[in-house]
Amino acid sequence: MEEYKLIADHLTYSYGKGSGRERKALDDVSFVLRKGEFVGLIGHTGSGKSTLVQQLNALLKPDSGTVFFEGADIFEKDYDRKALRGKVGLVFQYPEHQLFEETVFAEVCYGPKNIGMDRKATELAAYAAIKRVGLEDEVFDQPPFDLSGGQKRRVAIASVLAMKPEILILDEPAAGLDPAGRMDLLSMIRELKEKEGITILMVSHSMEDVAEMADRLMVMDRGKLVFDDSPAKVFSHVEELEEMGLAAPEMTYILRDLKAAGFDVDPSLITLKDARDTILRCMTGEKA
Amino acid sequence: MIRDITLGQYYAADSVIHRLDPRTKLVGTLAYLIALFIFNNPYVFALAAFFLITLILLSHVPFRFILKGLKPILFLLLFTVIINMLFVKGTPLFSIWKITVTEEGVKQAVSMGGRLILLILGSNLMTLTTTPTRLTAGMEHLMRPLKLIGVPVHEIAMMMSIALRFIPILMEETDRIMKAQLARGADFESGNLFKKIRSFVPVLVPLFVSAFRRANDLAMAMEARCYHGGKGRTQYRPLRYTRRDAVAYLILILYLAAVFAAGKWLSELATPWFKEMIGYAGSVSVSMSEVY
Repeated sequence: MEEYKLIADHLTYSYGKGSGRERKALDDVSFVLRKGEFVGLIGHTGSGKSTLVQQLNALLKPDSGTVFFEGADIFEKDYDRKALRGKVGLVFQYPEHQLFEETVFAEVCYGPKNIGMDRKATELAAYAAIKRVGLEDEVFDQPPFDLSGGQKRRVAIASVLAMKPEILILDEPAAGLDPAGRMDLLSMIRELKEKEGITILMVSHSMEDVAEMADRLMVMDRGKLVFDDSPAKVFSHVEELEEMGLAAPEMTYILRDLKAAGFDVDPSLITLKDARDTILRCMTGEKA
Repeated sequence: MIRDITLGQYYAADSVIHRLDPRTKLVGTLAYLIALFIFNNPYVFALAAFFLITLILLSHVPFRFILKGLKPILFLLLFTVIINMLFVKGTPLFSIWKITVTEEGVKQAVSMGGRLILLILGSNLMTLTTTPTRLTAGMEHLMRPLKLIGVPVHEIAMMMSIALRFIPILMEETDRIMKAQLARGADFESGNLFKKIRSFVPVLVPLFVSAFRRANDLAMAMEARCYHGGKGRTQYRPLRYTRRDAVAYLILILYLAAVFAAGKWLSELATPWFKEMIGYAGSVSVSMSEVY
């Protein structure tokens, strides 16, 4: 039987309750995360993505509905939410803005120390996490504020990874990075899933970022979960995606146009490599 | 988490009060506050309450929004009322154990409490019906004469409006940083006071860093657009008095006249404010010294 790590059960949330300017941020959202999955969560700005992820580790209590982690209701009164936040790691948008310690190493130790690891375990976990995100030994004793933007972000991600989360939620992890930094970071995240078996939920508004990596895509629009399917199936709804202010990856458009022009192509390809091969095949003139 | 503070929070609505010139509202509020403190007299309070309620009704601001402003001073209010009740000497009404409540004490407590409430609600009405931008523009105008003695009026007003503008941003930022640290297992609630204060270091450091970054960005953006202080600066929406304001000033003068009349002739209690304040402070210190 497949194992559900996390279940979101009919989550609803509104901002500005009782001020006359109430705005629904989440409207009856339900889904599951299975062990070892890589799920992409996509939506336009203001579609409720960030609100949703804050509920998954109990930072925000939903107005109605609840979240189950490994079968237990995380909003139950006696549930240990601090321990939960170690197991469901959440990396906020621009996480480098929360750095505060004097050295990178102390920064990364903060999380594991908080959730009650002893000193030895904390330091081991911090060391492993800093290595895991690809930082060099010489940054250990540097103040995090002296690092470059991309390095700071790695430190922030390491500080969550050091708590050894079983699920890692990343809110726009590549936002504001240059293309090279972006690629590096994304492939590092993919390795977390492949080598460590961490379940990953990655929030993004860029289809390209998640299309290749995710096993499954969830698309949000104005507080509702609209699609929850494999990337290929989600991208087949190009018109609906565009209506939500989103777009399918560039290659999907090219493949669709090729098909419309009479070539024998499958527009639901999602890896760059397959798309390239198909396009090359068309260019060498194999019209159906 | 900490979003329910009404500090200069504007309530958007379209009403006569909203449309008044900010200078009118500032002068009006000031006059209203001074009038409240000159007289210690139930008729004056009744008049002020009536005046205030009429204005609130005219402003279309729901009562609960205005009452929200009392929350932060609730403690001060209770403290004032209780101190007055317990320590003012006079004809005893009743006594429990060693504490005697006097007629004068109750009177004093009600008048001080009522005054505080009217004061807060009145100034609250002004901030709820005036946007911070208009408010500082009004202050800048009213303080203009001070320029003659070298006070940098425009700069002060600009600093005030920037500070006001940044309050909600920094509150949101605090909220976000607190959540981010909670996600890293932070605990802001348990432990003793010292531990609690320490637990806020991971919030305060990033908050300061971001405040400085924002300040720097803003300064740069202003300089990039050639901001050079108030000299020769015109306004996008210059303040202009209208007929509405003339009517408002007239009503204000009538109100003040009524207050003075009520204060002078309707009660023998009329005392200059300083005499009464000295008397109040004296009575508290006397009774305090008797306690020890």
